[in-house]
Amino acid sequence: MDNVLSIVTFLPTMAALVLALILRGEDAVAQLNAKRVALLATVVTFVISLFVLFGFDASDTGFQMVEEHSWIMGMKYKMGVDGISVLFVMLTTALMPLAIWSAWDVKLRVKEYMIAFLLLETLMLGVFCALDLMLFYLFFEGGLIPMFLIIGIWGGKNRIYAAFKFFLYTFLGSVLMLVAMVAMYIDAGTTDIVQLLAHDFSSETIKVLGFNIVGGFQTLAFLAFFASFAVKMPMWPVHTWLPDAHVQAPTAGSVVLAAILLKMGGYGFLRFSIPMFPVASANLADFVMVLSVIAIVYASLVALVQEDMKKLIAYSSVAHMGYVTAGIFSMNQQGLDGAIFQMISHGFVSGALFLCVGVIYDRMHTREIDAFGGLVNRMPAYALVFMFFTMANVGLPGTSGFIGEFLTLVGMFQANTWIALVATSGVIFSAAYALWLYRRVVLGDLIKESLKAITDLSAREKWIFAPLIAMTLLLGVYPALVLDIISPSVTALIDNYHAALPADLVVEAASH
Amino acid sequence: MTSNDFSIVLPETLLAIYGMLALLFAVYTGKDKLAGAITWVTAAVFVIVALLIGLGGGGSVDAFHGMFIDDAFSRFGKVGILLAGAAVLVMSYDFLDKRGFAKFEYPILVLFSTIGMMVMVSAGDLMALYLGLELMSLSLYVIASFRRDSVKSTEAGLKYFVLGSLSSGLLLYGSSLVYGFAGTTSFAGILSVVSVDAPLGVLFGLVFIMTGLAFKVSAVPFHMWTPDVYEGAPTPTTAFFATAPKLAAMGLFARVLHDAFGGITGDWQQVLAVIAVASMFLGAIAGIGQTNIKRLMAYSSISHMGFALMGLAAGNAEGVQSALIYMAIYVTMNIGTFAFIMTMERDGQPVTDIASLNLYWRNSPAKALALLVLLFSLAGVPPMLGFFGKLAVLQAAWGAGLVYLAIFGVIASVIGAFYYLRIVYYMYFGAETDPLDKVSSPVTFALLTLSALIMLVGIVNMFGVDGMAALAAEALVK
Repeated sequence: MDNVLSIVTFLPTMAALVLALILRGEDAVAQLNAKRVALLATVVTFVISLFVLFGFDASDTGFQMVEEHSWIMGMKYKMGVDGISVLFVMLTTALMPLAIWSAWDVKLRVKEYMIAFLLLETLMLGVFCALDLMLFYLFFEGGLIPMFLIIGIWGGKNRIYAAFKFFLYTFLGSVLMLVAMVAMYIDAGTTDIVQLLAHDFSSETIKVLGFNIVGGFQTLAFLAFFASFAVKMPMWPVHTWLPDAHVQAPTAGSVVLAAILLKMGGYGFLRFSIPMFPVASANLADFVMVLSVIAIVYASLVALVQEDMKKLIAYSSVAHMGYVTAGIFSMNQQGLDGAIFQMISHGFVSGALFLCVGVIYDRMHTREIDAFGGLVNRMPAYALVFMFFTMANVGLPGTSGFIGEFLTLVGMFQANTWIALVATSGVIFSAAYALWLYRRVVLGDLIKESLKAITDLSAREKWIFAPLIAMTLLLGVYPALVLDIISPSVTALIDNYHAALPADLVVEAASH
Repeated sequence: MTSNDFSIVLPETLLAIYGMLALLFAVYTGKDKLAGAITWVTAAVFVIVALLIGLGGGGSVDAFHGMFIDDAFSRFGKVGILLAGAAVLVMSYDFLDKRGFAKFEYPILVLFSTIGMMVMVSAGDLMALYLGLELMSLSLYVIASFRRDSVKSTEAGLKYFVLGSLSSGLLLYGSSLVYGFAGTTSFAGILSVVSVDAPLGVLFGLVFIMTGLAFKVSAVPFHMWTPDVYEGAPTPTTAFFATAPKLAAMGLFARVLHDAFGGITGDWQQVLAVIAVASMFLGAIAGIGQTNIKRLMAYSSISHMGFALMGLAAGNAEGVQSALIYMAIYVTMNIGTFAFIMTMERDGQPVTDIASLNLYWRNSPAKALALLVLLFSLAGVPPMLGFFGKLAVLQAAWGAGLVYLAIFGVIASVIGAFYYLRIVYYMYFGAETDPLDKVSSPVTFALLTLSALIMLVGIVNMFGVDGMAALAAEALVK
């Protein structure tokens, strides 16, 4: 089982090849077959990934199930997971079948749609498994292509603009990271992430264009990685591509974007920025925390005034990702645990919320909040599901959203009380926009003529929501499921981080 | 001694003899009726000679008192040139035949220019350099204006000729300066002079020589001819321009800089770096407004040459290796892309407007997909092979301390990505318009899919090209 990660990663690609080469025709039968093959492939991928989860030893903080081959140009094909990445792999494999199933009613070019999602799954899994710098970049950037096509071909009215903005924005963010990666390769002589984690990158002050750069190489590389991950997260002020991409993407695309693609940024901070550039991370932690808090407050306020449901949830994602980055850069056990937990939880909750929007969009072909109202009268089951995920989004205790927010806030509080104070206001704002959205869409009398014939959730839709509800509740009442896996790795990460800091910075970090 | 010399130039000699025999044979027998046969036979000869060179002995020998060098570097260049030439020949025939100008001179002119290119990458002397360059260029002038009855084609040929002669003049002037101050035309002799103390006149000459070569690789600021010639020349000719001659000129560039001026890296490094940055940005920005796919490919090639020059600017073996890898990938991508462009037609007439590709994927999903792969590869988006070319030159530039060059390069690549995405946009997201004809041309289809497959499968081991490029670079940079 040495290559189980490669099997998990490339199984969807194999299925995509089968679809591309063998399946012919555009009729209903061919479409159904395409959907079935894709669903089957993602389910099988999920089942195999369970072997990864159950075979994973949480007490071992190193990389496990490592597979290594030499590759071209001094690079390696190296895959492996540790406590930080293994759950992202699981999140991806668990959500993909649901995303595929939610796209059952797509009529346009079904086969190609499924191929795009299967390739996207491979690329996303690769990001979380890659243990080689360039391999990571390959998967990280490669994911842009299927997503570009998914938004551009199957998206809404303004899809072209959104697709180009999505692609160029993230591409520009990432190429600077590429330059930093090249620099790291030249400096350390390897692209192996395990070796790079042990490598000491210089933090001597250097002069660039007449400016003294404190932290030298580490600071510059940190900023280059930051450019990429901050765009991907997305952090304020480089979040503007996200609302556009979300609004225009088809439902399944939004689900994958919110639930998985956004997590790559947070994962990148944990895998590269903090362990490889500890000095720069310590120096810039306050800066990142301030940006995060601005994101929390600003995005929440912007969400309040949105007319479009998807846009509202997109801004809510930006706010929630603010908790993640603030938690990560508080650099303590609770903060980091909470950040990872929040990402996992947000994967289920935001994915489910976009599915909720998709349900009524499929019926009414609009996402305008004003077009709805009183849905509870015709759609009681939907009202219940939507209610549940609204509460999870707000962070109601008992749902997974609460654990993530609470832990990150505890972490922030230890690092910087003022930051935590401002960030907590986001909890109230999120309750405001989420509940207001719920009231306007679901509650009240059903007066709009067009809504009189709307139907409740179908059996398929209920089955899609069922596992999401189960996971949200389960993680909400028993967070140890996740925390037991991530905590040892997070502890090791923090220990290494403190060990790598020079004495003067340690004092400062401890005083936080 | 002499027989030994001739055995070293055997591939070129064989090709030249074949070319003249084919010419005679065609003139005295079937003339243009033989065009198809000669095209295929010439392509076959190219492939055979490429095999002969590729599988032939290793080592490094020179002939005619150092005029002509046969080493791993020249073999790498020659195999690439010959294979590119063969690919362009076979995909051109259908296009030319359909338009009624499938003439037997076409493959023969391509053959002669190919011989010129082979001499270029083997040149060990300013004389041999000029000989090869002119043999290539004169043949290219003719095939640029091959469509005699078309104003655009003749204009392209004339433009190319006038500007090409100017650049040849500059190159000759530079050569004479170098000869005057170094006292020799052989690269080895020049190297020994400049390694001790480079006279100012030699540096002047170097700049003029670089100007002439920059013209041939269409690097900014000597790129002006490229869009017009690419647009005006018949598509098969454009395909040829974009591939083999670029590879040859880049090879010659590396050859001159390292074999003759290797001792004064610092003197040409900055010049190359500036040319590289200017080419990358101009190619990326000026391509945005283009609606004609051939003009767009011209700007694309300007930008790509900037990247390859970035590798050369590193001024060491890694740099040469990365430039060679980059060129090999570039040529493969362009062959596929031009194989596609040749099949773009509506009502039997060739079209070059990008907007005509609207929703192309609904009619020909396989071809659209192959072009999609090539376009993302041209843009340098992973996981396509095009990304690895960019990565190689970035590594070389950074390793040589040219940090700003690497940063400018990646920014230019983002700008350039826009126009490749625009083609994807038309093909996949565009509005409904008259579809293009469904052209059934097995050869172009095969080349298109093959080159797209190489872009995907090549990331496994690059088919060993990186190793060969490393050998070639080692042979050049001692």
